Amino acid sequence: MYVYDQYDQTMLDERVEQFRDQTRRYLAGDLSEAEFLPLRLQNGLYVQRLAPMLRIAVPYGLLNARQLRKLAEITRNYDKGYAHISTRQNIQLNWPRLEDVPDILADLASVEMHAIQTSGNCIRNTTTDQFAGVATDELEDPRPYCEIIRQWSTLHPEFAFLPRKFKVAVCGTAEDRAAIHAHDIGLELIPNSEGIVGFKVLVGGGLGRTPVIGSEICDWLDKKHLLTYLEAILRVYNQHGRRDNKYKARIKILVRAMGVEAFREAVEAEWQALKDGPSTLTDEEIARARSFFTEPDYQQIDATASAQTLQSACEADPIFGNWVKRNTVEHRVPGYRAVTLSLKATGYVPGDINDGQLDLLADLADRYSFGEVRSTHQQNMVLADVAMADLHELWQRLQPAGLATPNIGYLTDMICCPGGDYCSLANAKSIPVAEAIQNRFEDLDYMYDLGPLEVNISGCMNACGHHHIGHIGILGVDKKGEEFYQVCLGGSQSKQASIGKILGPSFRQEDMPDVMDKILSTYLSLRNEEEPFLEMYQRVGIDPFKERVYAKAD
Amino acid sequence: MPRLIKNGVITDSDWLPVNPDQQAQGHILSLEQWQALENKQGSAVQLEPGDGVTTLLNHLDEIALVAVNFPVFTDGRGFSYGRELRERGFEGELRAVGEFIRDQANYLHRCGFDALQFTDEHQLETALSLLQPFSDSYQADIRQPLPLFRRRG
Repeated sequence: MYVYDQYDQTMLDERVEQFRDQTRRYLAGDLSEAEFLPLRLQNGLYVQRLAPMLRIAVPYGLLNARQLRKLAEITRNYDKGYAHISTRQNIQLNWPRLEDVPDILADLASVEMHAIQTSGNCIRNTTTDQFAGVATDELEDPRPYCEIIRQWSTLHPEFAFLPRKFKVAVCGTAEDRAAIHAHDIGLELIPNSEGIVGFKVLVGGGLGRTPVIGSEICDWLDKKHLLTYLEAILRVYNQHGRRDNKYKARIKILVRAMGVEAFREAVEAEWQALKDGPSTLTDEEIARARSFFTEPDYQQIDATASAQTLQSACEADPIFGNWVKRNTVEHRVPGYRAVTLSLKATGYVPGDINDGQLDLLADLADRYSFGEVRSTHQQNMVLADVAMADLHELWQRLQPAGLATPNIGYLTDMICCPGGDYCSLANAKSIPVAEAIQNRFEDLDYMYDLGPLEVNISGCMNACGHHHIGHIGILGVDKKGEEFYQVCLGGSQSKQASIGKILGPSFRQEDMPDVMDKILSTYLSLRNEEEPFLEMYQRVGIDPFKERVYAKAD
Repeated sequence: MPRLIKNGVITDSDWLPVNPDQQAQGHILSLEQWQALENKQGSAVQLEPGDGVTTLLNHLDEIALVAVNFPVFTDGRGFSYGRELRERGFEGELRAVGEFIRDQANYLHRCGFDALQFTDEHQLETALSLLQPFSDSYQADIRQPLPLFRRRG
């Protein structure tokens, strides 16, 4: 993983002092509320319903054991002993005091962490595949490019007051696990006709009020042009994006208004002035970035023997076997698996993790996975490099900590924003809906029978819970002061990305488990053998679901 | 005369603000007034958000001053205007005017602004102290044309 040198550390320390001074001036009445607002947002600090919320950056989801221990300590010292994993792989504190934030940032800086640009109308944390570097279908590890983008976008003087927030995602695999179609800029590592790997560039994807799938504006970009090309896109957006209406200010609206062709031409025109300039990446810089993401010291493992031993252990202990089947995936290196630790145990807030779990995770990372952990945009945690021989021992340690729920990719592994319980933007609560659904569908056999199913819940149009791209999406809406829930079906975050379609009029919170039940039984009664929910939906359309859900009880 | 920060010191402005009603001696001109000028040598012109820099590009060596107005500090178009003007070779005075805030002084400086004229002159002292809170930066900018990755030891 990337390691700071004296340049990175000095700038970060200076940033902490800058924010300490800004907070001091604000508390002294020397900076107005309006002036402080974007400054604190650019340091991840929201003022929420009950307390401020601090969003800590986890660049492309990568954390080491030392950072996890520091986070655990921070939640104990400054918060209520737990944190929340966001849908952008970041970590949120729900209860910090405003006056403590500079000290929290100083603590974070001591382990090369920060909250820079985790909010505000600027370039946000770049996200990627949680299995980067270990995936079997990967063309090239996207993380060095994420780090290059992180450095370029950090404290960028020109793009700190954009029309609206700006999100970039990078993927390097056949299956898109980074939702690059739903980002302001999506980058996919692909080869050109000569086999040289560069980037396909998508622009103008996004969720929120107007969900849009990104459009391709460059089919192959030489890696060395990455930063100048990004700079050209941002420059067009900064100058021409709408600023009169915040709901129409994202780049997707600009791309749509100009048309993809005209937008591409405008970017090309800006790019001509920047192309081959000093920001052109050098081979040395790409090699330097890649040098931080080299292979850990994997053991030479007899994969066949290892797989056989694991197989026997799974047969001897079916509960363990089930966990292996549901929560671990194939690894590029023989004898290893990547393990997802579910933060979706029934009865707990989806994506929450407490200080004891953070400390345990640090120990487990050190013991079983080269000291590293990844956070995922599905709000879980990953130990990416676990030897098959260690799986049973690991599982035994995860179970008592509530981190071994075998539900990854299934119904109860829901994506859920903090919603009206915490967030001041929300129209409705989302956590109780998730809990009610988890409680209703707790039966594991039923859940597995449903097959892979993505249920995403957002408490408002801002769509932090990515409801548009869930197979089943749930959106909290406000109807004359009452909380209602709209359901959409058929969304997908895969490479064949699609936006879900609204089922019909919205429902009361207490009716949501029944509504889910009707949707799921419609699926079960109409599916062909083994046909996953999404495929079945694409075959039959929304009408059968509509008829069933809105049928008069008679 | 209005007070401002110029090249790192607090001083008096050489120019009076735009007078939308008439084009008077010693005043910065609106883009419209400036376009009507026959001789643009030594002229001073003010850009508003949305104006863009294109109209000025053929006259960069004649213009003495470009003022970029920030009617609200959250409208960041002026940052791109500043940087583009410098990148295309403008060497005259580049002045931020309007409602930008002290905490933006550093980014303005990095985008090529050498003069900061606040609507509220009381901001000048603090702004001066906030001009360079960082000893280095990752990206290339007008002050440091080489990105850090080309300079890292």
